[in-house]
Amino acid sequence: MVEYVWPDKKDASVLGGSFDKIDGPAKCTGTAKYSYDINPEGVLIARAYGCPQAHCKLKSLDLELAEGVPGVVAVRKMKELGDEIHWQGDLVAVVVGETEGAVAEGLAAIVADYEPLDVYVDDEDLQAAEAAGRTADSGGRVQLANEPEGDDEGFEDKELERLFKEAAAVVEGYYGIAAITHMCLETHGSTCEFKDGKLLAHLSTQNVSGTPGQFASPLKLTADDVTVHCDYIGGGFGSKFAVDRWDSLAAQLSKDLGRPVKLMLDRDLELKNGGSRPSGFADVKIGADANGVITVWDSHHWSAGGYGGGVLNQSVMPYVIVPPNYRRRVTNVKINAAPVRAWRAPNHPQGCALSQTAIDDIAAKMGLDSYDVFERNLVNVADEDRRGVYAEEMKIAAKLMDWKAKWHPHGKGDKNGSIVSGLGMALHTWGGGAHPSSCMVKIHPDGGVEAFLGSQDLGTGTRTVIAVVLAETFGLPVEAIKVNIGNSKYPMSGPSGGSTTVGGVSESSRRTGLDAREQLFEKVASKLGVPAESLEAKDGRIFSSEDSDKSLSWKDACSLLGMSPLEVSGRGYSRGSKLSSNGVGGVQMAEVEVDRETGVVKMKKFVAVQDMGLVVNRKTASSQIYGAMIMGIAYALFEERLMDKNSGAFLNAEIADYRLPRLGDIGELVVEIYEPESERARGVIGLGEPPVISPGAAISNAVANALGIRVPVLPLTPKRVLDSLKLQARSA
Amino acid sequence: MTTPEQLAHGKSGFSRRAFLKGSGAAAAATAMAGGPGLAAEEESSVISGMTTITLDVNGKQHKVEVEPRTTLLEALRYGLNLTGAKPISVDGSSGGSTVIMDGKPVSSNSVLAMECVGKPIQTVESLTGDSGVPHAFVDQDASQCGFCTPGFVMAVTAFLKKHPNATEEQIRDGLNGNLCRCGTYANIIPAVLDVVKGGGNG
Ligand code: FES
Repeated sequence: MVEYVWPDKKDASVLGGSFDKIDGPAKCTGTAKYSYDINPEGVLIARAYGCPQAHCKLKSLDLELAEGVPGVVAVRKMKELGDEIHWQGDLVAVVVGETEGAVAEGLAAIVADYEPLDVYVDDEDLQAAEAAGRTADSGGRVQLANEPEGDDEGFEDKELERLFKEAAAVVEGYYGIAAITHMCLETHGSTCEFKDGKLLAHLSTQNVSGTPGQFASPLKLTADDVTVHCDYIGGGFGSKFAVDRWDSLAAQLSKDLGRPVKLMLDRDLELKNGGSRPSGFADVKIGADANGVITVWDSHHWSAGGYGGGVLNQSVMPYVIVPPNYRRRVTNVKINAAPVRAWRAPNHPQGCALSQTAIDDIAAKMGLDSYDVFERNLVNVADEDRRGVYAEEMKIAAKLMDWKAKWHPHGKGDKNGSIVSGLGMALHTWGGGAHPSSCMVKIHPDGGVEAFLGSQDLGTGTRTVIAVVLAETFGLPVEAIKVNIGNSKYPMSGPSGGSTTVGGVSESSRRTGLDAREQLFEKVASKLGVPAESLEAKDGRIFSSEDSDKSLSWKDACSLLGMSPLEVSGRGYSRGSKLSSNGVGGVQMAEVEVDRETGVVKMKKFVAVQDMGLVVNRKTASSQIYGAMIMGIAYALFEERLMDKNSGAFLNAEIADYRLPRLGDIGELVVEIYEPESERARGVIGLGEPPVISPGAAISNAVANALGIRVPVLPLTPKRVLDSLKLQARSA
Repeated sequence: MTTPEQLAHGKSGFSRRAFLKGSGAAAAATAMAGGPGLAAEEESSVISGMTTITLDVNGKQHKVEVEPRTTLLEALRYGLNLTGAKPISVDGSSGGSTVIMDGKPVSSNSVLAMECVGKPIQTVESLTGDSGVPHAFVDQDASQCGFCTPGFVMAVTAFLKKHPNATEEQIRDGLNGNLCRCGTYANIIPAVLDVVKGGGNG
């Protein structure tokens, strides 16, 4: 019976080590081919035409001029006359041509007319949204420790009032976080090759195994006639799970025109259609006891999910630190924007930014050290097992930040000219359980090893994780394992979302590897005349633990397979597994400098301490955390979708206008992976999302600590900082 | 259709004078001096449609069909199937299409292919993974999705040519023309420092 477990730390040869990504050289020398890069013989270029208006009906659409442009091969409409269009940039037509130049000229020749309808895009101004009839109640929840006695109608309000009266400190605040886009640097799209009744789609996707069926049905095919291929994807972050309408059209066009068609969105339409994260704005009232422990919470948040999209989920208000008494309410603000898509750790970054800022304001109000208030509030962490982990992680982070030495009460730090500095922290949680995954392992008689999984690599290093797991299992070096992913004809693996991939592929490749190893061990056992149970694989040899003289090199062992390779398939079972688990936490601490004259916030130092169960590859795991911190700095200080209130136009839908941090903006970043034996023993847990959650609150808290006032809405742009300072000066 | 032979012998059925006038004296001089590009003719007219030019890419002369409006990026990606340089922004603001031309970093989507005739162009494909900047990037795990990485590698290569002994401060100040969404900056900084320590441009 094979026991599906990981080796102990002391016995592991490669598991948990630090390895270069096996596809690193391809990525760093430009030979890695993304969907955008695939140019089959005779490929046609297709580009979409976006509606310039934010809310309208399509009145007329004349494609004739475009069709007449030399080099244009076809023009297709994507909307019918009379169709209602709900956001600027929704796709109206597509031009297909021989060159980018011809297509651009074709797009410019499209003539369309629209009947304008009422436009509303201001997601922050709740009163304006109500006045415009653009709000809808999206529910809420009340939880109170006390029960009403009998049929007490107004109990909820009275009890909350009583709790707030009883509180030693009460803060009432307004907090917000603007909508942002995914901004995948490779835009959404595909290169489609339809030939002989079959489709080969080079799709930029986080979901290789799950997309063939979505291509098939509009083409009246079945999924077996479709191959989805994606060796490399230039960013997804939650926005590339589906076959989009423009991908289906590319496949149809390839079928109709008899040539391969490449349809990638251009940058402007990417930002308008390719995915955004819902905004969140909240009125929060929070009460604490004399120690700063939160006892009661009352919030109303509003959020815009775009046309037909979901709003910021109520479940993240309050976030992680959840007092025994709370009430929360959500309003959906309906704006003319494309529907939101899952954005790295959906809901959590906003929940963290809207609620752990309020907790920090309690610390400010009570003149307490924020660290102490967060630490005392760990009693409000629902999962008791995790409280100790957070406490440890806080200690480590504080040491790395030198928190105690640097701390000053809010607004009371030294001034260096117009510069003030501050500290802030936040903590987060995430699931990250393994997704379903299958794997096929081939061991060749000459010793070669291959693995096949219909998975994908978002940049986390999926290939390398699989190689590390199988190398550990077979006692081989990591580079000896050839990993094949990115093709839907390989065994099914789940979509890469929810930080489930590393857990999923580790589950399937470890189990399959162990099954294959057992079969090989049986052959080796009879050759060496030892029991198969006594065999181990390490350092390129298979040997008996009872008699280490009885051994074979890996190659000689594989030669026992005869003429054909050993092929073993298997899948992961996350339920009850010792290989994987779910539920991680992390703590982040930020140090910033704020210039009170210019309003510019500068990152000085940023510390992340993160647990993730058992670490497979330390190098790529650390990179995920660094990357998440930088993405966090982005939404905390720089990026937001800007919309014109009158026209509904998306004003900054180009890279030059959509501000993101650059290399010089990040300050010093410190990453620490928290992996004591108690965490390692839990098995592999996903990591991609959790470290992107805390930066908003941690950085906002640091700015509040520096200035002594809260700049309520993220990103903390110079204008917002200066506006808050002006407001403070006026009220003083 | 003009054949490459015709172009090489200056017998094309059109002139690129109008284009040359508009594209700077240096390009004109190179072409007129019998450089590898298109020879200029006396009569003046505007080029339109497809024509074949010769580009000096990674030390080799490549014939490629372009239109006057074809960018260098399109010529590289569609004409030569060199897809390391990426289309990321409409202008040069992402640095994703960076190549080195005449020793300087250039956003290949912001120049027309015809302007580049006669100028040595170096793309990321000229580098190998086992040395220099790409090696340091791999070693420091300075790529995630990797879509920005070729542009970054070329920007760093050009930067280090100019500043072979760059300090961390200079690196933080000098490499802000390139954008990475996945957040590899924290890995790029030590990668660049590694190249400096290893002797400048590796
Ligand atoms: S590595 Fe993905 S954009 Fe830089």
